[in-house]
Amino acid sequence: MAGSRLWLSLLLAAAFAGPATALWPWPQYIQTSDWHYTISPHSFQFKYHVRSAAQSGCSVLDEAFQRYRDLLFGSESWQRAALTGEQQTLEKQSLVILVVTPGCEQLPSLESVENYTLTINNEQCFLLSETVWGALRGLETFSQLVWRSPEGTFFINKTEIEDFPRFPHRGLLLDTSRHYLPLPTILDTLDAMAYNKFNVFHWHLVDDPSFPYESFAFPELTRKGSYNPATHIYTAQDVKEVIEYARLRGIRVLAEFDTPGHTLSWGQGVSGLLTPCYSGSQPSGTFGPVNPILNSTYEFMNTFFLEVSSVFPDFYLHLGGDEVDFACWKSNPDVQAFMKKKGFGNDFKQLESFYIQTLLDIVSAYGKGYVVWQEVFDNKVKVRPDTIIQVWREEVPVSYMKELALITEAGFRALLSAPWYLNRISYGPDWEDFYRVDPLSFEGSPEQKALVIGGEACMWGEYVDSTNLVPRLWPRAGAVAERLWSNKVVTDPDFAFKRLAHFRCELLRRGVQAQPLSVGYCEQEFEQI
Amino acid sequence: MELCGLALPRLPGLLAALALLAAQVPRAFATRGPALWPLPLSVQMAPRVLHLSPDDFHIANDPSSKASSSCTILQEAFRRYHNYIFGDHLLYHLPAKFHVKADIQQLLVSVVRDSECEMYPSVSSDESYSLVVKEPVALLKANRVWGVLRGLETFSQLIYQDAYGTFTVNESTISDSPRFPHRGILIDTARHFLSVKTILRTLDAMAFNKFNVLHWHIVDDQSFPYQSTTFPELSNKGSYSLSHVYTPNEVREVIEYARLRGIRVIPEFDSPGHTQSWGKGQEGLLTPCYRSYQPEVSGPINPTLNTTYSFLYKLFKEISWVFPDQFIHLGGDEVEYDCWESNPNIQTFMKQKGFGTDFSKLESFYIQKLLNIISTLKKGSIVWQEVFDNNAKLQSGTVVQVWKEQNYAKELSSITAAGFPVIISAPWYLDRISYGQDWRLYYAVEPLNFSGTQEQKQLVIGGEACLWGEYVDATNLSPRLWPRASAIGERLWSRQDVRSLDDAYRRLTVHRCRMVRRGIAAEPLFTGYCDNVLK
Repeated sequence: MAGSRLWLSLLLAAAFAGPATALWPWPQYIQTSDWHYTISPHSFQFKYHVRSAAQSGCSVLDEAFQRYRDLLFGSESWQRAALTGEQQTLEKQSLVILVVTPGCEQLPSLESVENYTLTINNEQCFLLSETVWGALRGLETFSQLVWRSPEGTFFINKTEIEDFPRFPHRGLLLDTSRHYLPLPTILDTLDAMAYNKFNVFHWHLVDDPSFPYESFAFPELTRKGSYNPATHIYTAQDVKEVIEYARLRGIRVLAEFDTPGHTLSWGQGVSGLLTPCYSGSQPSGTFGPVNPILNSTYEFMNTFFLEVSSVFPDFYLHLGGDEVDFACWKSNPDVQAFMKKKGFGNDFKQLESFYIQTLLDIVSAYGKGYVVWQEVFDNKVKVRPDTIIQVWREEVPVSYMKELALITEAGFRALLSAPWYLNRISYGPDWEDFYRVDPLSFEGSPEQKALVIGGEACMWGEYVDSTNLVPRLWPRAGAVAERLWSNKVVTDPDFAFKRLAHFRCELLRRGVQAQPLSVGYCEQEFEQI
Repeated sequence: MELCGLALPRLPGLLAALALLAAQVPRAFATRGPALWPLPLSVQMAPRVLHLSPDDFHIANDPSSKASSSCTILQEAFRRYHNYIFGDHLLYHLPAKFHVKADIQQLLVSVVRDSECEMYPSVSSDESYSLVVKEPVALLKANRVWGVLRGLETFSQLIYQDAYGTFTVNESTISDSPRFPHRGILIDTARHFLSVKTILRTLDAMAFNKFNVLHWHIVDDQSFPYQSTTFPELSNKGSYSLSHVYTPNEVREVIEYARLRGIRVIPEFDSPGHTQSWGKGQEGLLTPCYRSYQPEVSGPINPTLNTTYSFLYKLFKEISWVFPDQFIHLGGDEVEYDCWESNPNIQTFMKQKGFGTDFSKLESFYIQKLLNIISTLKKGSIVWQEVFDNNAKLQSGTVVQVWKEQNYAKELSSITAAGFPVIISAPWYLDRISYGQDWRLYYAVEPLNFSGTQEQKQLVIGGEACLWGEYVDATNLSPRLWPRASAIGERLWSRQDVRSLDDAYRRLTVHRCRMVRRGIAAEPLFTGYCDNVLK
């Protein structure tokens, strides 16, 4: 067998010669051939290169080695295979990893370099990366390159991959307020995210319906605001576990505490925080957004966000700021008086801005950066120049592509979510719609395009809980993952379909309850317990 | 916004509501309190609350019962329902567990007529029952075991845990029977294979919703997972893989599991279209399609050959004894004519038979021969609506299933006007998903809302929720089916005037949590929570 050299364009056509090139997401540069090597499960090892900055004892990689060993070969003990007729096939006994810069104990960040190079040829089986995060991505790719013959022998083809993400922020939003998601569900999602090279878990922790985040400064928030304070909460320990589990997979945890709207559940535990709504001259007994006119509100936010800033180590916090309903503020005479005093006239956007600006100052003082929903930008709130604006509205006030143009024109960094609301379902292969989006297809200068740092697939929880989360998420979110990782020229839907169908079977094999793309079957089907 | 957890009813309000409702249909009481689904024909519920204790409660045969104590259906059901009622109580972490005096220690079950314990359920099975819950013994009476099964489900739904975790039931009297005798779920094991375990789990959930027919669309173009003893090559070559087949033992297991839950298993072997997978293991069965005078691919079953009908006779003879139900579904939908048109031998046959160029006549020719085979085998036939639409001559008693959504009311009129029994599926294609609470649309359907006489309406024997398999396999079947199919379950069981969406929403929210507790991954209707969480 002669190793043939194929470049990307050729590969698009030729990738399906064997299972070896069914990668997801597709790497930036790949050369591969039919020439292959055997791998024996009982002797194969992941090894640190002697010159690697990370060595045994590096938790991120030590644990990843164990994980990928199990994913590749299962936990069964393997007998030495009797090599029959395959004597001339070379065996690869180890993958050698060289990480250039130390940083095993650190957290991934927006600036983390995820590049890696994977070389599998006669001389080498070698993974080179700048950081441990890049090594994690390379290990995932390596695990997808290994295939198994019908007789059960493991193989890997001669391959050269140089890979890096197109966007540094590749996120998935889960909503644990509309429905509570048990801790194992979140951890399993982090695993599946790593298989897709997602690197941000946007945790929409609290909202109107419930407040499951257990605050030590304000324990009443969960005691009164959660669905059930005994079972439907995330304790400090749970949160720590999520953050560490994510870190070990190179995933950041971006916590969202959405205000001033979407806060009904906050009001249960903190009296006086929400605006009392009036009907006529009497309080109606209902409550609206956070009350922006009281000093006590900001004292509360000061303390609360001090806690949040230390609990969540990521540099960024998500402060929400979406869908503020002005009706309640309008009805309240004290708010009206405040508006007059401040000279806001009847423009409640100015009141919203007043609140948000005060909040942003608080969070800035804690040395944090922040992400906000697009309304904060649309309502012309004065924000720090390094603020990240997340675009979620498809058509209003303008199309999302136009919105990206406006945000980047104003010099802000942007995240795209509008076309990727995975909670919205329809009949058929809707992943193709998610896949077709190109985040940079708006009119703007190269400098503007450089301000789009990535995107997020959002799984809002109105109709989603642990009964249907996984099949609704996978492999549909995979389409978004590839769009954010792979080169912009990787757009062919047939090429994607074949790889994604293969990848979803691989997800099933790994225990992820990923739903089918079309008719067909997998060698290993999902089996409920 | 439904924050059920934040709005538990206060006790006086609950009692007042109960008293007020004693003479009417019951309503749901947020998360606590009974929530019956589907709603029984008549419910009288008193405010008086009785307690039960898991260690001191038995379901047993009443001495007057005609059922033998060795009746498997009943023995297994008694054990099952004891588990459903109490089995999960350890999962609750409630603050205090008081020792309660049990007010009711027994549910006695009495079968009034011949029990039919060893039989299979049928379209004419009597599912009616009456239930009296009072101190110290509750009594469930039914003519047959089938009614007992429905009554046990209702009884289990009456019991709830109060705020202290005590098992509680209101004194009540219920009499119940279904509005339609045929209440089915269609599963498709050809587009995607479904493991036996997935099918059994679906049968469990069907029983929770008083469905009584599993319409097993077992084979189709994509794969032939049914392992035939007469023609083993059909699945050897036509299944996705040799591990994607149903062995005779597995088929028997499904049928018996269904029988124990009062559920019929109606197999569908769809022909002459939808048969690509049959061709792999049975040479010469499918029509060779011609392109430029050369046979290339294959089309529907070849209706012109004698060998076709001798094959069908043998296959359906096997099917008729493997599946004990009186009915076999013969399919007959979506036959594409272009392949037949392309084939010169078929053209000659058409000429010879005087069919001209009307291929629907050829289709009818095929179907009629198949229907004759089925009646020789002493079975009844169900067909998709095209068979009727194409004017095939049908024997009386042939059941027609309506699936095309456009003008389905008109279709119901025509079919019943011609005197044929009919099953409705058109508005209930659950594989078609959309965002939000589509169960409301399924619930709002009124099956008898078509123009026709009283006699015509009586020909509507029921309906089926169809979960076709193009995009469905074991990964997403349960949350896609439940509780959306429950809406259809109630529409087919409960009285015509049970239509309030608000009341249905409240009861269904509780019912879905009950299904989750019993191990069914039923998806949420909307924002909220269950006391328990699916692990």
